[in-house]
Formats: sequence, structure tokens, C-alpha cells
Amino acid sequence: MIRRQKRKSVRVAASAALFFAALALPLPEQVRLAAYLAAYAVSGYDVLWSAVRNIAHGQLFDENFLMAVATVGAVAIREYPEAVAVMLFYQVGELFQSAAVGRSRRSIAALMDIRPDTAVVVRDGVETTVSPEEVAVGETIVVRPGERIPLDGVILEGSTTVNAAALTGESLPADKAVSDGVVSGTVNLSGVIRVEVKSAYENSTVARILELVENSAAKKARSERFITRFARYYTPCIVAAAVLLAAVPPLFFAQSFSVWLSRALIFLVVSCPCALVISVPLSFFGGIGGASRQGILIKGANYLEAVAKADTVVFDKTGTLTEGTFSVTAVHPQTVSEAELLDLAAAAESYSKHPIALSIIRAHGGHIDKNRIGEVTEICGLGIRAEIDGKTVYAGSGRLMDEAGARWHDCHRAGSIVHIAVGDEYMGHIVISDRVKPDAAQAVAGLKRLGVRKTVLLTGDVKKVGEAVGRELNLDEVRSELLPDQKVAEVERLLSEKQGKGTLVFVGDGVNDAPVLSRADVGIAMGALGSEAAIEAADLVLMDDRPSKIVKAIAVSRRTMGIARENIVFALAVKAVVLALGALGVASMWAAVFADVGVMVLAILNSTRTLRVR
Amino acid sequence: MKKVIRMENLDCASCAAKMEDAIRHLPGVTNADVNFLSQKMTIEAESITKELLKKAAEICRKVEPDCELVI
Repeated sequence: MIRRQKRKSVRVAASAALFFAALALPLPEQVRLAAYLAAYAVSGYDVLWSAVRNIAHGQLFDENFLMAVATVGAVAIREYPEAVAVMLFYQVGELFQSAAVGRSRRSIAALMDIRPDTAVVVRDGVETTVSPEEVAVGETIVVRPGERIPLDGVILEGSTTVNAAALTGESLPADKAVSDGVVSGTVNLSGVIRVEVKSAYENSTVARILELVENSAAKKARSERFITRFARYYTPCIVAAAVLLAAVPPLFFAQSFSVWLSRALIFLVVSCPCALVISVPLSFFGGIGGASRQGILIKGANYLEAVAKADTVVFDKTGTLTEGTFSVTAVHPQTVSEAELLDLAAAAESYSKHPIALSIIRAHGGHIDKNRIGEVTEICGLGIRAEIDGKTVYAGSGRLMDEAGARWHDCHRAGSIVHIAVGDEYMGHIVISDRVKPDAAQAVAGLKRLGVRKTVLLTGDVKKVGEAVGRELNLDEVRSELLPDQKVAEVERLLSEKQGKGTLVFVGDGVNDAPVLSRADVGIAMGALGSEAAIEAADLVLMDDRPSKIVKAIAVSRRTMGIARENIVFALAVKAVVLALGALGVASMWAAVFADVGVMVLAILNSTRTLRVR
Repeated sequence: MKKVIRMENLDCASCAAKMEDAIRHLPGVTNADVNFLSQKMTIEAESITKELLKKAAEICRKVEPDCELVI
């Protein structure tokens, strides 16, 4: 293809030389005419040939035919310089267009170059370099520092840090050790690791992401569909208008037929909406490609359009706005110190595998001398009774305290409360709750700044916890204690409360939010790095689990829509102006081509701005 | 079934749209998508036979003579 473009460039250059020679040099009329015709033939013969051939195939209103008619018409009314100039500019425009499209394609390909080229697999004790497609599930691969991890798997040997920047857009390195999962496309930073391959290349995270981005072009945005429909009607309309312009005014006005004919030819020249047909899809493709580098996978241009118009954002709680793990958030001792209370609790819970017990032990952090602990009884539903340092320690719910005879009081904080009593003396309580993600508050604030009208939390958790989170994050609405189908009902209600053309966005972790995700206008799944289910379930997939990415997703989508809109308005406006000026006789034919080509090149270049995402 | 076919020398965006339209009208084809930017054609049909692919290639050649399907 580059060869073809080079040949064309040579022809255009030769034609231009002939053109300028004919224009500038003092030549006898015959020679000048010959020079013009030669210039025309050299630059335009392929257009004329395509025009004829395409008519034979039944394609009428195509670019080549219209250009051919316009320029042949110009020759017919003896406007030789015009004819040559138009053909020249048109061909130059075609060259620019090919170059720009080629460049955009290469930029997008480079951006998406997260594909690993090789994998080092260990077979019969020997390390061989193969292509990632050739490695089977269960085989062992070796990844050295600096290399991109080629396949999804689990570490068998070694420990290292990995950088997931290529997939999530964040450069925060993560530590990985034996039995940790690693994801294809991430870069191995420090240590050599041996990994057991868990999925074949075509199912690996990298392959899925690439497939997703490529398939995203198939789901067209409303603006793209509009442009396609518009283009189908635009060309015949302009041609019809051209015919009318050539035929009707000469009947009314005094000027000659050829004056109006040349104006009509201008219409033909501007009748191809190529600028729009190429630049609008390119904007969306670039936007989706750029977003994916930031760890925001958008499954279709229509979803990009929808998320840009977000009016209501509905969040799931656990795992989305909160960490999803239990941890000690407060220690409220009654008579002893915090450390002593925690020590008692940890000792009592030291044999339990319950998540609450584990979080207390984690908070304690120190060593628990098991010799201090005597008999431990786990009382189902109530808590634990343990003999510690010869005393009976109770750790559990308020009812356990009642049974022990200790006077306890509840905590104003939300979460799971573990009360501690020694004998019948109340020692205090420990609050264990799910921690809100560090950037959640910032994310909600960011959404409000972007103009999202309503932020809502839907959770199955108890009211106290839900409302506490709502207050902490400054959310507009909170609905707690919801069963899954109640969540769907809530979403339906919120959908009916939408204002204007805004969309409802639901954000969850994808695993058990499937019905709600599909009911919302746009479903966003978070924390998709390594989760197949999340990638399948949602319309937009965020690779990491930080809520602030939601804000970025909306911002990126808006920017892309803005650029697409700029192109549409710009291209249509310039065409309208050129048509008007042409009809009035103010613009010449080659000026019209120049404007048309200029618009097309500018529109294409403008579209590539979508690739750059801050 | 669905098949994704790579294309070469697809230079004209309106040609891509024309090809899409024409291939969609082939017998047995439920959907066709020609992605101008990634130069990939996706055909969905009850069964994708060699005949179908040949017809698709013919359509492409008619619309844009330099364009080829990499089958």
C-alpha cells in the first residue's frame, strides 16, 4: 500500500509540474492546452477509469464518478486550469487521507501493543522460547525481570513485583509471591518467577482486552449511525441540487449556461461526505483505544455515548465503595486500655477461623502466648467463651454479655460489634467493619463536579452500615437491606426518575450484580483484572478497583464525544458555506476542493486527539 | 457461526459501508460488519462455507478493486 501511495505521489508531482508550467510559462496556446490536458490525464486517469468501471458494476453516486463528471464538465466549458486544479487537489486530498488513516491505524496498534510476543516454556526441563499461543494450560513458563508476562497463571516459584500499567494505566507495582495469580500483559519487574499457566492465550486477559477493543467498533454510536444515514442521502441530494442549479437559473437569469454549470460542478465536488464518514468512527475508535490504555474497557461506542450522559450513578457497596474485607475500625475499652482489650479479644479468638476473629487477630498483630489459654468454647450464634490467665473471658454479641451477666452497652458506630467481658465485668467492645476505599469520597465528589445529578448506594447490608457509608461519602440516596430482586426494583424506580436524556450508570464488582448491570443503561464492573466474569457481565469494565476510575471513564467519554461533535459541526459548516458561496458564484471550483480536502484532513487529524488520554 | 476475516488495502470508508450492505444481503448471512479502521470483516451466518467467502471476496473486489480478503 505504501508503494501504491508512492506511485500516486510521483504522478501528482509530475502533474503539478505540468500544471504550473502551463500556468506560468509563456507558451503558444496549443502547447499550453496540451500541457493542461497532460497534467489532467496524469493525475486523473485512475479516477476516470474507476468511474467508468464502477458504473459497469452498478455503483453510481460514488466519489470517482462525481469527480470525473465535475472535471470533465470543467474541461467541456473550457475551464482547463480549473479542471486540472480540481483533480490535483482531489488526488492530494486522497493521499493525505490515506496517510492520515494509516497513521491513525498505526497509532492505535501501537497503543494496543500490550500483546506479548514470546513465552519461555519449560518442557522436559529445557527452556524453549515459543509464541504464547503454543503454550498449553498446565505448562510451566519462566518470566524474567523486564519481560512482559505472556499468559495468565499462578506463581509456582519465586517472588517479584509486577507493573500493571499497560492494563490499568496505573504504575503502582504489586508484590507477587508463590500461589499468587499473575495476569498476562503485566510487566515482571524484579524477580524471576516460574508460573503455571491457567488459561490458554486466546482466553488470557490480554487477548480478551484486545478482542474487546476491536469488537467495540461494531457497536456503533448513535452519531455514527446518523452519519451513515446522512451520507446515504447527502450525496444524491447534492447531485440533484447540482442538476437543478445547472438547469434552472439560466432560464431566469441573464448569465450564460456555462456560468451556472461551473457553479453546479462545484456542488459535485463537495458532494462526498468523506470527512464525516471517516473522522467520526475514528474519533470513537481512538477514544476507546485511549481509554483502554487507562484500564477503562468500553465495549462499544454506544456505551461511550451513554456513559458520557450519566445523570444517575448507582453503586453497589461491598467490594465497590468498600474494600470488602473486615477489619477492626475501633476499640472502645471500658476500664482497661485499648491494647489490653485487644489482647483479651485476640487471645479469646485465637483458635477461631471466623473472619471477625481473623480481623481481631490481625489488628492485634503481636504474638499470642497459647499457654495462657485454657478451654475454648465457641457458642454458636453468640460468640466465644475462653479461659485466659485463669479467668473466664467472653467475646461475642450482646446476648452473650447478658448470659455472662455483664452490663454492656451498644456502640454508636456501624459494623459488627464484639463485646468483651471477664467474668461478669464488662470490658468494652471492638468494632469491626468494612472499610470504605480510600479514594471513594474523592470519586463521589468528582462525579458531582462532573454534574452527575444523583449518586445512590444500594446494599444488602444493614441500614446502619449503609447510612454510615452514605454519610461518609456524601451520597444522595441510600437504600439498605435489599434482596437482589429488590435491587432491580430500585434501579427501575431510579430509571423512571431520570431527567432528560441522562443515563443511569450502575457500578458493581460484576460477580453477583448481573441482573442489575443489565437493567441499567450502562453497567460498569470494577476490579476486572483477572476476573473473567466481570469482563463478560458489564458494558464498561474497569481493570482496577478504584472508584476514581469511574470519574475518569465519564471524563474520557465526554472528551471523545466532544471531539466527534467538533468534527461533525466543522465538516457540515464548511460544506454548507462552500455550497452557498459556490452557488452565488463567489467561490471557484478549486477553492471548493481545497476547502473540502482541508476539512477532511483536519477532521481526521482532530480525531486522533482522542488517543491521547491524560 | 461467526468468522472474522482480515482485509488488505481497504482505503475508502464509504466502500466499507457498501461492502457491509451487499454482504448482508447474501443468502444465509444474518449479519456482516466491515470495520474500516481495523480492516476486519466479521460475518455471521448459519454456516460459513467456502462459497460464501468467495462471494464475499467478489463483492469486495467489485466495490474496491484493490481490496483483498485474507482467507
